[in-house]
Amino acid sequence: MVDATPILEVKDLKKHFPVRKGLLRRTVGQVHAVDGISFSIGEGETLGLVGESGCGKSTAGRAVLRLIEPTAGSVRMAGQDITHLPKKALRPYRRQMQIVFQDPFSSLNPRMTVGDIVGEPLFVHGLAKARERREQVAALFERVGLRPAQMANYPHQFSGGQRQRIGIARALALGPKLIVGDEPVSALDVSIQAQVINLLQDLQRERRLSYLFISHNLAVVEHISHRIAVMYLGRIVEYADTRSIFVRPQHPYTEALLSAVPVPDPTVKRQKRILEGDVPSPVNPPAGCHFHTRCPYAKAHCKVEAPPLREIAPGHHVSCHLR
Amino acid sequence: MTPQLQVENLGTWFYTRHGIVKAVDGVDFHVAAGETLAIVGESGCGKSMTALSLMRLIPDPPGRIVSGAVKLGGRDLLKISEEEMRKVRGNEISMIFQEPMTSLNPVMTIGKQIAEALILHRDMNRQQALKRAVEMLDLVRIPEPAQRAREYPHQLSGGMRQRAMIAMALACNPKVLVADEPTTALDVTIQAQILDLIVELQREFKAAVILITHDLGVVAETAHRVIVMYAGRKVEEAAVGPLFAKPLHPYTAGLMKSIPRLELMRGEERRQTERLQEIPGIVPPLFALPAGCAFAPRCPKADDLCRRERPTYEEKQSGHWAACWHTDG
Repeated sequence: MVDATPILEVKDLKKHFPVRKGLLRRTVGQVHAVDGISFSIGEGETLGLVGESGCGKSTAGRAVLRLIEPTAGSVRMAGQDITHLPKKALRPYRRQMQIVFQDPFSSLNPRMTVGDIVGEPLFVHGLAKARERREQVAALFERVGLRPAQMANYPHQFSGGQRQRIGIARALALGPKLIVGDEPVSALDVSIQAQVINLLQDLQRERRLSYLFISHNLAVVEHISHRIAVMYLGRIVEYADTRSIFVRPQHPYTEALLSAVPVPDPTVKRQKRILEGDVPSPVNPPAGCHFHTRCPYAKAHCKVEAPPLREIAPGHHVSCHLR
Repeated sequence: MTPQLQVENLGTWFYTRHGIVKAVDGVDFHVAAGETLAIVGESGCGKSMTALSLMRLIPDPPGRIVSGAVKLGGRDLLKISEEEMRKVRGNEISMIFQEPMTSLNPVMTIGKQIAEALILHRDMNRQQALKRAVEMLDLVRIPEPAQRAREYPHQLSGGMRQRAMIAMALACNPKVLVADEPTTALDVTIQAQILDLIVELQREFKAAVILITHDLGVVAETAHRVIVMYAGRKVEEAAVGPLFAKPLHPYTAGLMKSIPRLELMRGEERRQTERLQEIPGIVPPLFALPAGCAFAPRCPKADDLCRRERPTYEEKQSGHWAACWHTDG
């Protein structure tokens, strides 16, 4: 199902934020939030983007959609380079890519009815007259498991799970090909989380949707993704299909990340590889391999030279000198 | 094992304009020294309110502890005066919170915050207390503890702040440690460090730990015994092994089936198309609970009896309690 022309193809994407200080707001440094990442997503495929806070996964998701402008690199939607398209030319591509946010409380306008919220993309893109729009919104409501009668209500009248359904309906309104989910189930209770994950998977099968699923929750990512990219301090350290990542992790960071996940089964006794220390600041990331400060296997030249992302087995990419 | 802490029929109600909200409704439990009791449940189930009730930190008004007893060292903490309670809090029973940034004082150095408890409860002078504070920071494995003791909370990372919280909580060697979602705000690799630390320090200090969490993975790896709460009440209680092997309450069973279980990592096969099992619906608002079992509207086994009458909480198997009419089926 992969390749042909991927829905999304990202090459050497970088996003640096200037650090300004002092009276003249002079730039004194750069936050290397995303520091040259490449990946692709095929039709009907889910790529899980995992990593800990500050690794740049959310920034990557936003830069892909050009919600923030990338510093360098390229983003292709269905073969077309959209990295430098002016606003107007970008619009048709915007219809094909949507985002679902983590926080269902702050991502919905509290002063709009939820029917208007879901219908707004149709209105903005001038795709349907008022009456048609109501019908389409009603259909979307049904599809995501809400009652069309609730269209006149306001966001505060809904529970967290229902609000996330509203966010999904809004993302679906324009019939996108790609949905970026930025921690879409992280704020939900587990019983509700399952409902939303199932909905996302059903929608994917029905509409051949592609997902860029950004999350720190490895259990959820394992469940939903076909392939996974693991990020650490702005770079992808490992990139492979889900099975390879979980069965034969190659990068020491992936290994540690997996061993740190608490498994909900008391009969499983695992040897934990507990990492020392914290993630270094992305303002002055360590030289060489970003991970060497916490890596139990680090050698001298890991501190000097950054390892490239190499394909060590078909489809399995790792950036580590020791593999 | 004699229980270190014994909680009986605890009731904490909130008086709101929607009516009375029974956040904690008749909860009993006990914890022994060196034991970890996990209280699990989803938002609004009353687990955090139970923890705050033990500490007598319920905001009053609107909340009030309306019934029950919290027995620690032969005393009922709900009966003693506020002045006496202050001598107990942070000394015999202490608490760590989810968000260390909001529970630490931002304008006071870490060292002084830890020392405060020692000066208050252990009659130490400033110098002794500060020295002990540095020792505590070392114990929770903060590198360069003497240096860190002079720093402010914002200068520490999230994991470090949680370590400092733990150092503070354990400074007076409490009998009971209440940990309310201690790792929820942390990244997984940091979570592993903190859980590891709590387990290790518990062994050393022999404290009874009450771990409040929503994460079944954390429960499976750290708890000895588990209480599952739903809508302010206990619905199930057992040792961690039997609870995960054979949950008796449909809510517990539903929770366990609704989480992805990391099959691949555990060397099991998985079908790509597998769906998670959902628990339909949402938790009912606490001021409008159904007449019978609170879980009945979402329960696959519910019948007329469940909707009419609240199930009794009883010992279904040795050491395994549940509140359900249909545990045999």
